Amino acid sequence: MHSTKKPPVDFHNTWHPTATIPQLRARAKIIADIRAFFSEKNVLEVDTPLLCRVTATDPHLSSIQVPLNNNETCFLQTSPEFPMKRLLASGIGSIYSLGKVFRGDENGRYHNLEFTMLEWYRIGFDHHQLMDEMDELFQRILNSQKAIRVTYRNLFRQFLHIDPFTSSISELQNVSTQNHINAPILGDDRDTWLQLLMSHLIEPQLGNSQPHCIYNFPASQAALAKIRTEEGHLVGERFEVYIQGIELANGYHELTDDKEQRHRFNADNIQRKKMHLPELPIDENLLAALAHGMPECAGVALGVDRLIMLATQANHINEVIPFPFDRV
Amino acid sequence: MGIVSTNEFKSGLKVLLESDPYSILENEFVKPGKGQAFNRVKMRNLKTGRVLEKTFKSGDTLETADVVEMDMQFLYSDGQRLHFMSPTTFEQHEISAEAVGDAAQWLKEQDMCIITMWNGLPLNVTPPNFVNLTVTETDPGVRGDTVSGGNKAATLETGAVIRVPLFINIGDILKIDTRTGSYVSRAKE
Repeated sequence: MHSTKKPPVDFHNTWHPTATIPQLRARAKIIADIRAFFSEKNVLEVDTPLLCRVTATDPHLSSIQVPLNNNETCFLQTSPEFPMKRLLASGIGSIYSLGKVFRGDENGRYHNLEFTMLEWYRIGFDHHQLMDEMDELFQRILNSQKAIRVTYRNLFRQFLHIDPFTSSISELQNVSTQNHINAPILGDDRDTWLQLLMSHLIEPQLGNSQPHCIYNFPASQAALAKIRTEEGHLVGERFEVYIQGIELANGYHELTDDKEQRHRFNADNIQRKKMHLPELPIDENLLAALAHGMPECAGVALGVDRLIMLATQANHINEVIPFPFDRV
Repeated sequence: MGIVSTNEFKSGLKVLLESDPYSILENEFVKPGKGQAFNRVKMRNLKTGRVLEKTFKSGDTLETADVVEMDMQFLYSDGQRLHFMSPTTFEQHEISAEAVGDAAQWLKEQDMCIITMWNGLPLNVTPPNFVNLTVTETDPGVRGDTVSGGNKAATLETGAVIRVPLFINIGDILKIDTRTGSYVSRAKE
């Protein structure tokens, strides 16, 4: 019988790291360079708890749950965002965090369930000033050229000749069909259609010769960014950065209004209910910190493993981390 | 019969899509920063052999297909059907020549191959990656010409016709790569 069952693991083949020693040396060097970059700019490194009582409510993020001995269930952090914002509200000044975050169900060439995230917040910056600083970091680590910036709206006009703010669902569907995407049933959620087109048709073409910063997303995709009106449409002051087709960073001109923040948490939970996902407790500590007053700032989260992949021309995330999840 | 989520799709996994059995070839996870993640999946229809590219929302599920692969020995062909036997249970299976398709041209009696069974019914036959077959028909060999790089047609004992180097003669035994249908070398048997 030639069975299709998994053969037993041969530990003689799996004990060793998936990254080479030179790759791991390059990794350590890049992490040291990142710390030097922020040290020069007087941005303070901070630590945040990995084990959290509350987690991101984003319906598209899957938090890993950890049962504790006293029957309490905690979460592994999906990002250090909420504790960092509490530090900002306490008056600490500009800060960064470099550490592990966890996301269930994310696994692939550019994803490992546990990965290293660099997140930083700059007091008084808006998202454009933060994009400038991030570009400086890329030039230092990757020797890249100056980044180009394009709005989400112009990006769709340029690559797909449609307006993401005004085109109908059936127009979005047509673009998908014309480009031979064998799409699943997505219904009438326009953001899901836009995300399908973005991930399948636009992203692979971004950032080939220089980093590509996409900014001012539809307000419905603002996440935790401030929202304002531009050319008659509500946009979130959020940005994403792509290099060689890889999504590398996501940043915001940060929302500081606690009432609006509570509203967005609740909206996430309504969406979760619609998607038959469990509703999540909201972070009252964060809301209290915002009510106390968080300084105006911009913040961004960057996937460090992907940055190392780009710097070392790796093809798979397993080449830059010693032990990916299937070897732990 | 189980249910598998796109996150568990791995190369070689057998699933049911629109009541046909498929084998997963590739599964690429894509996520546009924030928002809906997708799995771009390449999968082969085990009935037709056709490769399908399909996008799923991450977390979508499919039923697994009860597909098993069994090592079997090829006994003989009666023209319409090919007959196989399990070397361990001596159980015999017959498969229509149509279902075997092009794989039949590489099968010599007694050779071992892999039969893919779905719900107990044979779906297709995978010959060994390399087989040794005797040349039954070709133009006379050009002695000593091992370097000119020219080639000619040769018919093998199973009826398959392949391109071979000029120095090959009738009666030579050749090693063939069945995945590409190409000549590898002369075999000593």
